[in-house]
Amino acid sequence: MLRLALKMLFGDRAKYGMLVCGLSFCALLMSQQTSVFCGLLLWTTATVRNIRVPIWVADSKVEQANEVVSMREIEVQRVRSVPGVQWAVPLFWGIQQARLPDGTFQAIQLTGLDGASLVGRPAIMRSGRIEDLRLPNAVIVDQVAISKFAKRGIQLKIGTVFEINDKEARVVGICETQRSFLGQPYVFTTYSRALEYAPPQRKLLSFILVQPKPEQDPAALVRRISQCSGLRAFESDTFSWSTLMWYVRNTGIPISFGTVVLLGLVVGIAIAGQTFYLFVHENMRFLAALKAMGATFQVLAQMVLLQAFTVGFIGYGIGVGIAAMFGNLVLQKGEPPFYMPWQILVFTGGVILIICSLSAAVGLVKVARTEAAMVFK
Amino acid sequence: MSTSLSAKTQRIAVRTVDLGKTFGKGEGTVHALKGVNFEALCGELLMIVGPSGCGKTTLLSVICGTLEHDTGSVTVFGQDLAQLSSGKLTAFRGKNVGFVFQQFNLIPTWNAVENVSVPLLLNGSSTAEAESASAELLRDVGIGDKLRALPTELSGGQQQRVAIARALVHQPRLLICDEPTAALDAASGRKVLELIKTRVCSPERCVIVVTHDSRIFPFADRIAEMEDGQMKAVHGAGEWKALYV
Repeated sequence: MLRLALKMLFGDRAKYGMLVCGLSFCALLMSQQTSVFCGLLLWTTATVRNIRVPIWVADSKVEQANEVVSMREIEVQRVRSVPGVQWAVPLFWGIQQARLPDGTFQAIQLTGLDGASLVGRPAIMRSGRIEDLRLPNAVIVDQVAISKFAKRGIQLKIGTVFEINDKEARVVGICETQRSFLGQPYVFTTYSRALEYAPPQRKLLSFILVQPKPEQDPAALVRRISQCSGLRAFESDTFSWSTLMWYVRNTGIPISFGTVVLLGLVVGIAIAGQTFYLFVHENMRFLAALKAMGATFQVLAQMVLLQAFTVGFIGYGIGVGIAAMFGNLVLQKGEPPFYMPWQILVFTGGVILIICSLSAAVGLVKVARTEAAMVFK
Repeated sequence: MSTSLSAKTQRIAVRTVDLGKTFGKGEGTVHALKGVNFEALCGELLMIVGPSGCGKTTLLSVICGTLEHDTGSVTVFGQDLAQLSSGKLTAFRGKNVGFVFQQFNLIPTWNAVENVSVPLLLNGSSTAEAESASAELLRDVGIGDKLRALPTELSGGQQQRVAIARALVHQPRLLICDEPTAALDAASGRKVLELIKTRVCSPERCVIVVTHDSRIFPFADRIAEMEDGQMKAVHGAGEWKALYV
């Protein structure tokens, strides 16, 4: 009977098509929008993932990675004195203006690494050597800078010279970074040179990067640094989560994407629920005939559930498939953001399951209420 | 005398005693059946006739167990239907009753073999067994060349033959036909009744036909005449001409 139930479903091409389209659209909308949302949030923590150190120390008022409240240089020494710290190095991070050879300006994320250790160096070098940062006026730019400069007709390569706050910056290497929320290119240099590039201020230390001793529990060290220095220390993961949650709490991004996801859910329930109800309604005479011929409610329920979950499964596959293709396409271009972890697939699958269950339930109520005697009317 | 009575008792397929059924409440109450008493015997083709709204369809629904009665009793092959639980009643109906509906009720997306195989599948047969038996029966009723045709590809008469095959495939002892010729032209209707009379009627099986179509009265062994929810009279074979022609 289940095979025949599927044939009954596939045979009604108009409603089958409508159900699959509705559920595909719903799955596409939810998985694509949540993936863009996750991608966008992932961008907010790009600096943490690009620098790659276990512990970050910032001013006590800092809540997230894209917020800088500058500290005094002496704070590095204070952190180094905390028991359990293997090493601690300064990091400059701030938005600066780069003046391009054609005279136009481009905002950049200037990142000043400790000159001796180069801790926080880019993970992937496309060309050049990271050690060349120690050369005079040397900077390393990322792939975003290449594309941004290229849009203005400037082919950025090793040896290209531009200015940061009227000071010369010479490209000695090109690296790959994870794109940031603001979308501005990362420009790496040494800490001391970054202070030269940045406008003079009383305090210029953005973060202190810390490595715990091998036997040291990072969480305990974070607490100890905060207690001893009065600064705010984060483990890398905690800093990322803190950043994500800051954006969730303080921006309209979740509401915006949540609205679209909710819309997908409503559209899915409306289209799939109504169409499936119509499908059951139009087949009610036949279901009643089956009931009269000896089909129990369990048999009819199995048929209706199989039909509902089959269209759900197909719609889910098509919707998520299109979203994945979209993701594959945009990932090649770099924007809009897109990150589809397995949780999104489970979430979307769960929502489709709920929609199908609701649709089937509506149909089943109708089947249960139908008397077999209606076939004689 | 006792032997004759015993033989008759054994041959009774359906018996109703003071059968009553009411729909609605208050001023809108409709007394569809008002103490109906009648018997249908194995081996006969009994037609139930009467004007629209006289209770024929309600009686048919109660006899086959798709509708509960309020008063009286209905016994089918010795089984009081009121004594059966809902599940057992469904199983009893699935095993013992075959249906031929006015509008055929063939599922439009299933082909002839698949439609016919439904009662067997519901009774636990495998798909292969059910389809094999269905194909054989469809050949028997004269549409062996339309086994894989969808109902929409068949004429009305052919669709009713499929419906008859579906009603018989699990070899039920009671066949219920609700206006089997209403959707057919005269020639097709006659052929369908000839098919029922020659291929379906057997000593072990009772066929009850509800109809308005006086053209098929000659096929009846007996005609039960209903009026206003009551059994007005039961006429024997041959009596129909004097009454309706």
